[in-house]
Amino acid sequence: MSATITEKIFSGRCAREVCAGDVMMAPVDAAMIHDITGPLAIDKFVEMGGKRVFDPAKVILLFDHQVPADSIPAAQNHVMMRRFAEEQGILNYDVHEGVCHQVAVEKGRVLPGDIVVGSDSHTCTYGAVGAFATGIGSTDMGFALRFGALYFRIPESIRAEVNGTFAPRVGAKDLVLSIIGDLGADGATYRAVEFTGPAMEVMDMPGRMTCCNMAIEMGGKAGIVPPDETTRAYLAAIGARTTRQKENITPDDDAVYAAWKDYEVTDLAPKVAVPHNVDNVVDVTAVAGTEVNQVFIGSCTNGRYEDFMEAAEVLGDQSFSPDIRVIIVPASRSEYLKTLRAGLIERFVEAGAIVEGPSCGPCMGGAFGLLAPGEVSLSTSNRNFRGRQGSTEAEVYLCSPATAAASAISGVITDPREVA
Amino acid sequence: MRVWKFGDDVDTDAIIPGRFLTIYDPAELATHAFEGTRDDFAPEAEEGDIIVGGRNFGCGSSREHAPLAIKGAGITVVIARSFARIFYRNCINTGVLPVICPDAETIREGDTVEVFPDEGYLIANGVRHDIEPVPAFMQKIIAAGGLVEYAHTIEELELCTK
Repeated sequence: MSATITEKIFSGRCAREVCAGDVMMAPVDAAMIHDITGPLAIDKFVEMGGKRVFDPAKVILLFDHQVPADSIPAAQNHVMMRRFAEEQGILNYDVHEGVCHQVAVEKGRVLPGDIVVGSDSHTCTYGAVGAFATGIGSTDMGFALRFGALYFRIPESIRAEVNGTFAPRVGAKDLVLSIIGDLGADGATYRAVEFTGPAMEVMDMPGRMTCCNMAIEMGGKAGIVPPDETTRAYLAAIGARTTRQKENITPDDDAVYAAWKDYEVTDLAPKVAVPHNVDNVVDVTAVAGTEVNQVFIGSCTNGRYEDFMEAAEVLGDQSFSPDIRVIIVPASRSEYLKTLRAGLIERFVEAGAIVEGPSCGPCMGGAFGLLAPGEVSLSTSNRNFRGRQGSTEAEVYLCSPATAAASAISGVITDPREVA
Repeated sequence: MRVWKFGDDVDTDAIIPGRFLTIYDPAELATHAFEGTRDDFAPEAEEGDIIVGGRNFGCGSSREHAPLAIKGAGITVVIARSFARIFYRNCINTGVLPVICPDAETIREGDTVEVFPDEGYLIANGVRHDIEPVPAFMQKIIAAGGLVEYAHTIEELELCTK
């Protein structure tokens, strides 16, 4: 029977073939909790009568949103979760490793064909390795920790077939922003988005993570890239176990899709999502010259070595504008080390940036880097909602690392293709 | 039973900003609900009031703090033309009824609304509007009184692997 990736993944776990619309209690291969939604999930687990989690080895636990603790309540949450991890025998990455989604993937905790839940909406990032991964609330997470399973309605899928070759300084972030602009902030609600086609096949793992990460910004339940040689090479390089890898989870072209969309990237311009919705997407040229007060390069969307390399290439030997704050936050310790060893951190600091330790950073307006009323942020993260990075009277624009770097040099939104 | 009317794409950062996420108590969360985007809500919302939104209500973060903040304000019904997926499920799990009403846009600020979920309609200022049924598997959770209570009724998990 022809099937989408999502249908194949769930059929692989069920006693029968399933199709979109079916509802089932399916087992989960991993469950991720962090310092914001974890404490409530643990409370719910206990309220549900939970004594031992379903499988400590399948629980991914860390702190990333408020690290190092930015308040006494945050510190108390960390203490509570440390105790829980210790009692339950769960490996705790604590504040040491970085942003949950980057860490879950780079530690090999998520493999192709897995069904994964995380109490964070950007859990869909793990679709980059061919997993079905979705964000859930804390009560659902309490249930998953208790039973190792959760009710799933198998979503219909949208096929995003991506053709062409990116121009220099244009990449995955520009693509996914353009798709969100096309489908809208609720264009994929209750659906999985499958990113396929020649441009996806040649895209590296960080780029695929960027695309899948933002599936939620069009309402998607999951974003998935079919696992291929790039996936296998990535998993081999990080020393991930491969025993769980599922065969044949490539989507069938004649599967039933809710929509099939063709995208062409050859002439794609750098994109910017303007305030206050992620689907307000325009070419960078439409907002070029807009003054910014802060540029943030980082997050689970764009905080990897390759993102910093792109930014550093744009920066060259120039300096960042002294009139603005440039905040650089690697998504994980591992990405930080790669960036550091390549000399990029030194270059960024020389150029005037503030480099912070691996964390969510200014993305969600909690830990640091908040905006005052009237201020403007340009950010490589994933949300530009009103108030997301501080004051509700501030504005957040979203863009790629190349656009962020070009703009950080000039202090105004700048087309990265115009920077030598 | 005042209606608080909102537009499209009400996101969870608007419902409860990120800086309040170390709070888990619904009543305390409610004091910051819609802070900065609708400052009259927290002081004036009363038990039994109803929130009405447009498309894609509750988009964004998975933070359960969002329905908890609404519930803490005494509101147990949110009506919208459509909901973001995680928020919808979080509402069911925390005891807030998310009501999908294709005519939600016609309901106005201050209207009086009565919802009849089992009968599949609501009455807004005397006018009847159809509402969509809650999916069957979620009705079981609502009937149990929430996911925590539902969990206690499970004797053996009906896994799809069997």
